[in-house]
Amino acid sequence: MGLRYLSGVVSLSIEQDKCRGCGRCTEVCPHGVFAMKGDKVSIIDRDACMECGACAKNCPFAAISVNPGVGCAYKVIMSALFGEKRSCGCS
Amino acid sequence: MAHYIVGTVKTAAGEVPKVSTALTAKDVFGSWLARWGVNRMHYGVPPGLYCVGDANPESPVVVSANYKMSFDVLRKNLAGLAAWILVIDTRGINVWCAAGKGTFGTDEIVGRLAEVDLAKVVSHRTIIVPQLGAPGVAAHEVSKRSGFAVVYGPVRASDLPAFLAAGLQAASAMRRVNFTFRDRIVLTPIELVGVLKPAVVIGLGLVVLQALGFDVLSLAVIYPYIGAVLVGCVVAPALLPWLPGRAFSLKGWLAGAVWTVVVAAIDNLYLPELSGWRNILIYFLTVPPLAAFLTLNFTGCSTYTSFSGVKKETALSLPLLGCSFLTGVVLLLAGLPGIW
Repeated sequence: MGLRYLSGVVSLSIEQDKCRGCGRCTEVCPHGVFAMKGDKVSIIDRDACMECGACAKNCPFAAISVNPGVGCAYKVIMSALFGEKRSCGCS
Repeated sequence: MAHYIVGTVKTAAGEVPKVSTALTAKDVFGSWLARWGVNRMHYGVPPGLYCVGDANPESPVVVSANYKMSFDVLRKNLAGLAAWILVIDTRGINVWCAAGKGTFGTDEIVGRLAEVDLAKVVSHRTIIVPQLGAPGVAAHEVSKRSGFAVVYGPVRASDLPAFLAAGLQAASAMRRVNFTFRDRIVLTPIELVGVLKPAVVIGLGLVVLQALGFDVLSLAVIYPYIGAVLVGCVVAPALLPWLPGRAFSLKGWLAGAVWTVVVAAIDNLYLPELSGWRNILIYFLTVPPLAAFLTLNFTGCSTYTSFSGVKKETALSLPLLGCSFLTGVVLLLAGLPGIW
């Protein structure tokens, strides 16, 4: 995909010590952020991350952390105005 | 009985409805209405187990959300195959958005597997969950709690036949989300519908201003802003990859600036009473920011913007856009004929 968003902003990180190389994160990531390097996973394209949280949720060893959220300006504005609880109106 | 049910298949856990893999005019029209926001939040399918073709205990099990459009795309792409479809309750919301909210999630899958007694229906212990469900589903927990192994299927249901034929293997392209021209265009109607409510409020405001003696209710005054809405909601999303910059607000502002040049030219040719540097300045202060704001809102429709990124972009751009717009509005009101 040619479209890229802002660089150097995402909250994604991986603890290499905890990674057991199952590769589940490479499977669930919709933007090819991870790749196997030897018997562990590495982040190869951090800026492509959209913080959907699929990798962290599916890591059986809790090696990945990311602050998951929806990249939606409407939601950002509404939660700034009315508090975090407010959900967006999307289906 | 729902029009898409064409029969039943007997299983050890009772009769399972068999659904058609051909979409009818009713399905297509229903999807089109939902794209325009009509009945969109009540466009569901009852959760439960369904099947396509002559499903037997060896047939694969595919999990879906109970948004009718998700269900329709899935059954259409299973044409000619035999499979079970486990529809889970996502409150009528599509797979990816429901996964983000957690309703397409581990608990719901585990509970639904038990409720339909899938272990009695099939002889294998594998379920295919759409990859975009992964933000809400912990595959290892589903396995632990239900005994069913989760295999993540492709992002797009159209890749399912190839995925199944390859023995549940997805080529890497099947694992990538795109945001094609078509993907973007189908999302623009709901953006326009979203503008309707504020537009009515602003329209009432204009009526009040007119009553107070400001001459604002004319097409000559309003058309640049109608254009800005179309630029922000439709044109900029359509042209997204070709507009310079990465920030949506910048892309939208630039598209709005081009429209402003067009407006200045139109006014110069056909509306000489509105032409002049002062009005051009007002347009530049108001039209591009309006388009930019609406394009910024399209981040919510996009498939690649992060929460951290949108927070940063919004915090940087919104004050600038707001100041520009308000300055323009003050200049506009101060200069309108009829009161000063």
